[in-house]
Amino acid sequence: MRPPTTRGYDDLAALMTRMTGDEKHEPAATSTLDVLWVLYDRILRVDPARADDPDRDRFLVSKGHGPMALYAVLAARGFLDEAALDRFAGFDSNLGHHPDRTLVPGVEISSGSLGHGLGLAVGTATGLRLQGRAARTVVLVGDAELDEGSNLEAIQYAGRAGLAGLSAVVVDNRSASHGWPGGIAARFAAEGWATVDADGRDHDTLERAFRTVHDDRPLAVVAHVEPKGSPR
Amino acid sequence: MTGFALLTATQQPAPTPPDQRERFYALLPELLASDPRAVALLADIGAGYVDAGPAVADRVINVGIREQLLVSAAGGLALTGMRPIVHTFAPFLVERPYEQVKLDLGHQDVGALLVSAGASYDMAGAGETHFGPRDVALLDTLDGWTVHVPGHADEAQAQLRAALPGDDRVYVRLSGASNARPYGTGPGMTVLRRGNRGTVVAVGPLADRTLAAVEDLDVTVLYAPTVRPFDAATLRSTLSEPDVVLVEPYLAGTSVRRVAEALPDVRHRVLGLGVGTAELRRYGSPADHDAAHGLDADGIRRSVTRFLS
Repeated sequence: MRPPTTRGYDDLAALMTRMTGDEKHEPAATSTLDVLWVLYDRILRVDPARADDPDRDRFLVSKGHGPMALYAVLAARGFLDEAALDRFAGFDSNLGHHPDRTLVPGVEISSGSLGHGLGLAVGTATGLRLQGRAARTVVLVGDAELDEGSNLEAIQYAGRAGLAGLSAVVVDNRSASHGWPGGIAARFAAEGWATVDADGRDHDTLERAFRTVHDDRPLAVVAHVEPKGSPR
Repeated sequence: MTGFALLTATQQPAPTPPDQRERFYALLPELLASDPRAVALLADIGAGYVDAGPAVADRVINVGIREQLLVSAAGGLALTGMRPIVHTFAPFLVERPYEQVKLDLGHQDVGALLVSAGASYDMAGAGETHFGPRDVALLDTLDGWTVHVPGHADEAQAQLRAALPGDDRVYVRLSGASNARPYGTGPGMTVLRRGNRGTVVAVGPLADRTLAAVEDLDVTVLYAPTVRPFDAATLRSTLSEPDVVLVEPYLAGTSVRRVAEALPDVRHRVLGLGVGTAELRRYGSPADHDAAHGLDADGIRRSVTRFLS
């Protein structure tokens, strides 16, 4: 099924350094790193050799900002040539500060402007459901990104439609300017989603969260990491 | 459905042409049945009129009054290989979710069939919030859009059917105004009349009144049911005096640049008639607004005569 992993989690920091030049990375740059690794290592049924397989799981990174962690994981999993990392954000590079799906193998959506991924994921999950495919759609959003009202439209509709093929993972580094009093999970729960709060750095906890049974409704995993700006 | 009755009653002149929007709703179940990739996305508008049978009901999706989601979901469906047919009133389909049209269709490099109703001021009594004269100009800022402006329900039906099998980005601008009969379905322009003193391009439902307006003038009249791509070849091949008048049912001047691009080597003059940008802050009827914008037959005659004299 999946090709042997040539790189492991411990190699990701070095892969990111090839893009940033920094030996040590700020938490903001790595807030998604563990979520990404768990998804690609344990959850998603994706294969670089069959990147166009209509039955592949779809992973949509809505929060396109800070994509170095994504590129590092894609390189580690064999989707990307590692040499591409060295040309990061150059004019001829296929890797920019926001990803372009037409340039990067394994990237399902082009993102950058916040608040588009959840709506695209609703359409993707609906399309897969209409085609009778069991593939899962997982969309990653940030807690600050949820400020965008467009997310609400998608969260509300997905809950009402019982879109069980859809999972959202909210990486919460408490960067939303006005916060989320009462927590983020409660907002998804009110709209009919199954919800789990998880330590966004603990791989086993994240894996269990992503394996939560949600047969008749979408799933939201809120992955809590260090607040933006704090040392890890 | 008067629309279908009229399709077969060709011998007798129709007192009222069939309504484009009614035709679209009646056609939709057939479009869905004909193509398993087709999926209709609605944002409440039209949801009460579409009568889809059980075989295709799961492919009529009403997201409620959520126009950002409407277009984003279309992008996601297209990413899985589906062919979304996306419908609401023009300002809520193109203006409100403009960034979704730009990013979730264009930037994702996927397509959809966007079908608007209401046109520039079909719902004159509803006022500015429901007017959609900016749609074609906005789509002109984006890449890869085919824009149909049917002048008759039969034309709209043919354009919708033809657009369904593709993967491209297509906008069909349905209007409450109509010509008495169809003149063509694009993508090229139809030559309605040949003359020697200039060319008048009538877009979509403005053809009949344009023909009436220039009845006594020695001009060529071209009919454009499709404006993007703009049929430069027919404009060039039929050109007499290089004076060109565009009669467009949306923002005045929207296609002026296309005429300039069509005639880069010809010294020419061009006049763009259409809906003004100034808010009138008036209600009334579409006919009132036609007159106010100089888009009734009298207004078109005055403008064309002045321009050519």
